[in-house]
Amino acid sequence: MAMKRPALEAKISNFLSPLVIAGAGGFLVVIALLPKIAEMIRTQLQSALSPTWASVVNIALGVGATVFLVAQLPIFLIWFERKVAAHVQDRLGPMRVGWHGVLQSFADGIKLLFKEDIIPEGADRPLFRIAPVLVIMGAFAAFAVVPWGHGLIISDLNIGLLYIVAITSLGAIGILMAGWASNNKYSLYGGMRSAAQLVAYEIPTALVILVVVIQVGSLSLQDVIASQSDGLWGENRWLLTRMYGLNLIAFVIFFICGLAETNRNPFDIPEAESELVAGFHTEYSGMRFAFFFLAEYGAMWLVAGVAAILFLGGWVGPYFSGPLVFFLKTLILVFVQMWLRWTLPRLRVDQLLALCWKYLIPITLAVLVTVAGLSVPPG
Amino acid sequence: MKEYLEGIWVSISTIAIGMGVTLRHLFMPSVTQQYLADENPEARWKSQIVPEGFLNERSRMRLHVKIEDCIGCKQCEKVCPVDCIYITTEKREKDEAPIFASDGTAIKQRVVQFDIDMSLCCYCQLCVYPCPTVCILMTPEFEFAETSKENFLYRFAKEKPLQPPAEKRPHEPAAAGA
Repeated sequence: MAMKRPALEAKISNFLSPLVIAGAGGFLVVIALLPKIAEMIRTQLQSALSPTWASVVNIALGVGATVFLVAQLPIFLIWFERKVAAHVQDRLGPMRVGWHGVLQSFADGIKLLFKEDIIPEGADRPLFRIAPVLVIMGAFAAFAVVPWGHGLIISDLNIGLLYIVAITSLGAIGILMAGWASNNKYSLYGGMRSAAQLVAYEIPTALVILVVVIQVGSLSLQDVIASQSDGLWGENRWLLTRMYGLNLIAFVIFFICGLAETNRNPFDIPEAESELVAGFHTEYSGMRFAFFFLAEYGAMWLVAGVAAILFLGGWVGPYFSGPLVFFLKTLILVFVQMWLRWTLPRLRVDQLLALCWKYLIPITLAVLVTVAGLSVPPG
Repeated sequence: MKEYLEGIWVSISTIAIGMGVTLRHLFMPSVTQQYLADENPEARWKSQIVPEGFLNERSRMRLHVKIEDCIGCKQCEKVCPVDCIYITTEKREKDEAPIFASDGTAIKQRVVQFDIDMSLCCYCQLCVYPCPTVCILMTPEFEFAETSKENFLYRFAKEKPLQPPAEKRPHEPAAAGA
């Protein structure tokens, strides 16, 4: 006799939830052991292959691992965000699929895979197809210069910070493209608002990054971390507590700009669901929609990670260092992003731009000038 | 300048207050009452257990008719605001053995059709109050989804009509499907 469907579902989820939880645990263990694993692979490659090929394979493996990691994170983050949202509102959130709904994102992912991929009539088809790819590229490519640990970086560019500022702007083009190509008024509004927002908030972001660069004297992210190598106390402590609190202001401003750049609440006017249906991705369905979703969570992780690197010492921890420290710091900042999202109402467009031009930019300029003055070596 | 700085201070402090509120709620127990059997879905499906205290005391769910007690007075049919009760009765012949409802009321009508279309029912419970023999009731049963609309026509009548009815009974299954 065929099992009743709920019973079968219960069997499957009872079997899968421990697997997923164990997988998450294994994930953390792998992250903790990442430096050792990477070192092992590096020595093995160097003994087996010629130096050129060894470095090519090494970089390819690094890219593969990073893309895998960054692509898996949204699965966890989406579940986490739904849980945070639910509990802030005294609800429970996903509870049905697996233990406390841990399999929910997998179920949603499978559903999205099977959904029909609709391209609306009158849409600009090539642009419509390219847009999600561009958006996800902008979010993922930035991870090339994000260091996970000592030597754990795909490419330690000497202009890493500039690269991040530049490559994340690619997402704005993608969003504008998506809004235009959808042939839908809500999408177009969303795209336009997003462009206005990103252009405005690029300026304070770049200025705040300059505050850090002045103190460190380098644009490379590994150098930024090296200058904070003492942990919480000492000469080279985390930047956050240096410069008589000026860096704290800079950190807050960077965090606000990060929220605006990733279109998160309270700056989510490009996809304001009460005004614009879903904003620039109104017309998207299936995997293309999932791409936007992945890009959003990838970008969240990116800005939180960059904030952790710039002001909280990246993978340098107070007691032990390594990728796990960076992971935890970033996770905490991502949690704050979610916490803010479920606390604050959405800003109006004029309030958004007033905040940027009247408050963030002048304050950042003042901080920048003061920090520059204080950083000049005496004599 | 004073206003400018005050504005910054007000926004920062109010955001902090708001975040305090949400953080407090994050660790509060949830008010959600989960849809049955968080523990064991299999057992629920086998035996239809409704946990104690799950349903409100006055919850209004599926209708049930104790047809043995029905005297065919049609009061429930008349009071129904959505007309989802269909009753046809025949007069019982004088020579038939007298039968009584459980509260002693003599049953003078033979109820040959007592259909309730639960897909139309609005769960107002108005039919329950006028019933003189308390034979139509709301049960705590609430899981009765069906795959076909006809299955919502609940037939409670047990007795067959002696003569074939002169006119078509209201709400035949064919009409229900249409």
